[in-house]
Order: sequence, then structure tokens, then C-alpha cells
Amino acid sequence: MTSSQTLQRSGFDINLAAVGLITLLGALWALFAAAFAPDAAMKGQSWLILAGFLTGLLLVVGAIARGGVIVDQSEYNEDLIKAGVIASLFWGAAGLLVGVLIAFQLAFPVLNLDAFGFTSFGRLRPLHTSAVIFAFGGNVLLATSFYVVQRTSRTRIAGGVWPWFVFWGYQFFIVIAASGYLIGITQSQEYAEPEWYADLWLTIVWVAYLLIFLGTLWKRKEPHIYVANWFYLAFIITIAVLHVVNNLAVPVDFFGSRSYPVMAGVQNALTQWWYGHNAVGFFLTAGFLGIMYYFIPKRVHRPVYSYRLSIIHFWSLIFIYIWAGPHHLHYTALPEWAQTLGMTFSIMLWMPSWGGMINGLMTLSGAWDKLRTDPVVRMLVLSVAFYGMSTFEGPVMSVRAVNSLSHYTDWTVGHVHSGALGWVGFVSFGALYCLVPWLWKKKGMFSKALVDWHFWIATFGILLYITSMWVAGIMQGLMWRAYNELGFLEYSFVETVEAMHISYIIRAVGGVLYLAGALIMIYNVYRTIKGDVTETDEAVVPQPALAE
Amino acid sequence: MSERTSLWSDLHKKLFEKNSLILSVGILVTVSIGGIVEIAPLFYLDSTIEEVEGVRPYTPLEQLGRDIYIREGCYNCHSQMIRPLRDEVERYGHYSLAAESMYDHPFQWGSKRTGPDLARVGGKYSDEWHRDHMRAPTSVVPESIMPAYPFLETSELAFENVQANLRTLSLVGVPYEAEHLEAAVSDIETQLDPFAEDYDGFQARYPGAVMRDFDGNPDMVSELDALIAYLQVLGTMVDFSTYEAEADENLR
Repeated sequence: MTSSQTLQRSGFDINLAAVGLITLLGALWALFAAAFAPDAAMKGQSWLILAGFLTGLLLVVGAIARGGVIVDQSEYNEDLIKAGVIASLFWGAAGLLVGVLIAFQLAFPVLNLDAFGFTSFGRLRPLHTSAVIFAFGGNVLLATSFYVVQRTSRTRIAGGVWPWFVFWGYQFFIVIAASGYLIGITQSQEYAEPEWYADLWLTIVWVAYLLIFLGTLWKRKEPHIYVANWFYLAFIITIAVLHVVNNLAVPVDFFGSRSYPVMAGVQNALTQWWYGHNAVGFFLTAGFLGIMYYFIPKRVHRPVYSYRLSIIHFWSLIFIYIWAGPHHLHYTALPEWAQTLGMTFSIMLWMPSWGGMINGLMTLSGAWDKLRTDPVVRMLVLSVAFYGMSTFEGPVMSVRAVNSLSHYTDWTVGHVHSGALGWVGFVSFGALYCLVPWLWKKKGMFSKALVDWHFWIATFGILLYITSMWVAGIMQGLMWRAYNELGFLEYSFVETVEAMHISYIIRAVGGVLYLAGALIMIYNVYRTIKGDVTETDEAVVPQPALAE
Repeated sequence: MSERTSLWSDLHKKLFEKNSLILSVGILVTVSIGGIVEIAPLFYLDSTIEEVEGVRPYTPLEQLGRDIYIREGCYNCHSQMIRPLRDEVERYGHYSLAAESMYDHPFQWGSKRTGPDLARVGGKYSDEWHRDHMRAPTSVVPESIMPAYPFLETSELAFENVQANLRTLSLVGVPYEAEHLEAAVSDIETQLDPFAEDYDGFQARYPGAVMRDFDGNPDMVSELDALIAYLQVLGTMVDFSTYEAEADENLR
């Protein structure tokens, strides 16, 4: 059963034909763009897009030559998840590296290397945010959701070649978006910077992702849909809605890079922050809660603490989150009724968030000793603790009076990173540490001590990061509104910039530590895959194969 | 109490956990409500955007300058939204109105002030200051941490297709008329020359637009021309002497 010759293959079927057709059409479009693009940026990028589609076409032809892709229903598709794990680690390191670079740019502007503009802060910041959120986070979500939906449905993933289309199509989207930022292609809506053609491509990939996920649920051999899959499904559906609505735009030229969004001004602003906040709510929260609901119970061998709490957690979280966007626009030209609604729901959001946190933490009931013995459990538990902390801080910052101080300052940046580094980062690392020995059939990780080192170095890095940003943000907010005894503003703007220099250095050092942790992990994973595992880790229990 | 909840969880088990399509529809309905209630009214409530005099579409040069502002990611560090707070109004000027960004596709309100707000930077500094500042920010603000943009003044502005940009903007609701589109390319050079032949036509199309050679180099239409033209118009369109914040139609 393990030898690949006996595995059933799809042959040249309609799925392969459809994917081949998509790549062919894409290549044709890129060829025309190379010839007729009205702007220099698109002329340059079209060659990259062409190369990508041609590579895709070659892969399709290669698959046809081998008799199609493997679709054997007696096995899970684990190669797909292995690819996702490796892509996650690669993009994670890349995204963190850019983050460290731009953090140092704010402390030492000479690092902008500004002769041509490719490496200035304004172009690299979207590269950092997209790389960590969509490239790292997105690949973790792809890999874990494909793993979880197969395991909890006890069936191979549906769709023949389509799962591979989603995986490679998504990597291709990342490359198009990232290379575009460097040469100045952006529509400037935060966390939705890619231009119309990249958005269109992601829409195709995302619809395929949704159909594969549903298709796998449809052929499940378990009577019920497991709670983790509710969260993954909510993440996939909602991101599709957000992505399409927020990116409605009219291209200037069918072969050019520039487009103008359909909405303007205040409507554009609220739509963008409805998108922006729910990129946090559904990409960085709902999706990763799916991870929490599968990997924590699996790792500690305990059932989820409360089934009823998970129902309440799920429905109230997804209902309330969507309303919270306007808190990004307090005291702006957005009508006050909308701001007040946004604030009210943001505060209400505290409850489902903590309900979820309690459900995650209490799953350890009777297994708290594992905090001491298993650094992976420690990582997962700390991630849930950070989730609790930042979902408390968020509602506080959404109160108009607090927001008048915190908005526009580095306090917001610190808040985001306590969620991103603490919650999203750690729950991802924890899940990957679970997956690597399971997928590559090892007795444990190469070094448990290195997992511990990763944990402590990264934790210390997070603490440096968020404390320095609290200081910088609150200080800057207070300096902006400070008056002297004569009733004049006490500080000029640039004095507040100067005052933050030391905080910016501490923050960058925190980032270096977090990156160092991730690099340690990559080394550890590399040695594990290579087969250098010597010690048996009792926490790692081999996962059953599908046919067993 | 516990009976009631178990009834619900029974129902949940039979309905949502058995049928992925019902679950999907349930999710879609649940996540749609908030967005519809908050966003849809902004399109039909008259009170969303104030009635003010003076807001006009950008000139072709200003619009291309705006595209450069977006290309370089200026919004990552500069907001364009002055809040109605005492210190902000004293530091930056009158708080921003929704009307001032009604032709902004996309909006540039921003979310972070690593540098100061730019909503009313127009007219605050001279063109010479902006040139020096783009070449080397620390030459005019020694403590500045802004990147330099020395290549803007040596890069030719690509404006042969600007008509297509304006036409696309008119498709999404910016009131450019046929005459704006026809003159789009020539209006770039017209705005850079205060003695241009079409001075009156240009001023009729774009009332009050500033006409001068922004980058100080009359031999070339540079990207710096466009960017400074955009920066110098920011926040200058509305005549606040005629704006009554307390008037009924402006109360929101």
C-alpha cells in the first residue's frame, strides 16, 4: 500500500483539463500584457506572471504524463500537507525578516537605501504584512485545514488535482503580490494591497479551496462535522465575501496594473475597515481557532472542555466580529452612529473571545502537568493566553475615549503584534511541531531542547516588542495632546518622533529574537525530516492511517 | 435551564453538524448582517456627506501625483484625517469632512502617524521646501526618519495615458465631463505653466487649481511635479469661511 506504483491515479480527467486550460489562458493574458501593458510596472511583472503560468502548465503536462495525480481513496493526501508545512516555514522566515528590516529602518532611516525606492519603508511595510499574514498565516491555514478536514472526516481530500491547484495557485498569488509591492503596484487598501488581476486570481483559487473543503465534508465517513471544521468553513466563506466586496475596482486598462476602486471616501473607508478588521477576525482568529480546537485536544489527549461552549463561542464570535470594523474610524468623518455601533459590538466581542479562550485552556483539565513536560503544549497554551490578552486589549482600545489616545500611534502596532506574534505565531508553531513528526513518521522532533529554546527566545522577543510599543504609543499620544502653561501645544510633531528612537530599537531587537526562534525551528524541522531523530518523545503519538 | 440548552445543542447536532450546506448558509447569513446594517446606509443617508462648496475632482497632474503617493506607500506613515480634537485642530487645521474625500478612489485616511497628518498640508510649505524635503528629508527636518525620494525629480512623469485614468475615475463616479477627458493630456502641461494659452479653460475645468512649475525645472514634466501638485492641493478646496458646522444639514 505504501509503494506508489499500486496507488490509484486520476488519469487525464476533466479536473486536469480544467486546470490546464486555466494556466493556458493565464499565460496568454500575461503574453498580451507583456506586449500591450500601458505602464512600465506591468510590462516588467507580466514576464514573471508568464513564467508562473508556464510552470503551472508544465506541471499539468507532467502530471498527465505520469497517468494523472494520485487519488487513491485508501490514503490521506499527506504530501499536500508536507508541502504546506515547508511553505509555511519558508514564508514565515521571509516575512519576519522583512519585519525586522523595516523595524530597523524606523530606528535608522539610512537603511531605506532610497536611491531607487524599491526598499523604502512605504513599499516594504505591505510586503511584511502580506508575507506574515497571507503567506505564513495563509499557508498554515491551508496545511492545517487540509489535514484536519481529512482526519476528522476520515476520508481523502476531494477534487483530484484541485488541492494542488489551490496550493500552487496560492503561492503564485503571494509571488505576484509581493513582487508588485516592490515595483510600486498597490491599491493602498491596507492588507488588501494587491491590484485587480492578483485579486481576480486569488478569487479563483479561493473558490476552488471552498469547493474542495466542502467536497471533503460531503464524502465524510463521520456522522458529524467536527467543531474545528466549522471555524475553517466560516474563515473560508467570510474571507471570500470580504475579499470580493472590498476589492471591487475598475481597471484602467485590461493589460495594465492600475485600477480605481468603485467606492470613494467615507464608504470606501468603512468597507476597507469592515474588511480589515475581519481579516483579523476571520483569517487570523476563526481560522486559527480551528487549529486550537483540533491540535490542543490531540496533543494533550483530552476532549474539548465544553461542547456547548464551543457552539456558543462559534456563532456569537462570527456574528459579532463582523460589526467591529468602525472602531478603526473613531472621530473620523464616518457618521457617529456607525462609530458607536462599531464600539458597542467591539466591547461585546470580549465575551465570545474569552469563551473560546476558556474552552481552549480548560481542555487541559487533568493534563496540566504537560505544561512542564511538553514545550509544544506550553507553546499552544501560551498562544491561547495571548489570545485572551489581546482580545481584552482590543475592546479597551475600541472605546472612543481610549481610542482618541491610542489611534494613529504605535500602541496599535503593539496590540496587533501581541495577537500576531503571541497568538497566531505560537499556535501555528505549536501545530507545526505536532504535524512534522506525524507527517514524516518520526518518534519525535530532532531536539526537544531546541523547541524549548525557541519558546523562551520568542517569548522574550514578544515581551520586548509589546512593552516598547506600549511605551512608545502612549508616550506619543500624550505628547501630541500636551499643552504648556501658556496654552500652546508643548511639542512639535518631530519631537515626538525623536522621543521614540529608543523604543524603536528595543522593538527591533524583540523582532530579531522572534526571528531567531523561527530559524531555530526551521533547523530543528530540517534535522527531523532528514531523519536525525534519536530520542522518543512520549507526547508524539503516531496518527492512524486512513485504511486502519 | 440545562434542558433548554441541550435542546439547542441537539438541534445544532442534527441540523448544522449533519449538513455542510446548511452550515454554510448559516455562516453566510450570520456574517452578512453586521456589514449590511453598517455599510448600506452610508450610500443612501443624505447626512453621510456634508454639503460644502469647493470640492472638485483632481486635475490630471494632481491625480497622477496621488497615484505616486499611493505607489510609494505614503499612507503607511501619514494619515489624511484630522479628528475633531482640540490638539489636532490646533496642530493641523479644521477637522476633516467626509465631503473632502468624496472623490478619493481610494480614500487615504490612513491608520498610523509615523509622520504628521497631511490632510491640510496644501499651502503650508513652499514648493522649494517640498523639493528639498523629497531629495533629503533631514535637510529641512534634521530629526526626520522619512525615506528620501531623490529619484522623483529625475523620473519623467508617464502621462500619455492619463485620459484613460480620468475616464476610469468617471466610470466610478468622479464628475469628469467630456471636456475634462479631451483636455486631460494637455492639462498636465497647462497646469505647469502660469502663462499657458489655455489658462481660462483650465481654470473653468478646475476652479482655483494652482498653476505653476512645481519642481522648478521647466524642461521636464517630472514625477516630483505631480507629487508636489497633489500635496499642495490637499485640504485647500473647501472654503471654511462659508462652512457652518452647526447647520442642520451638517449635523451628523
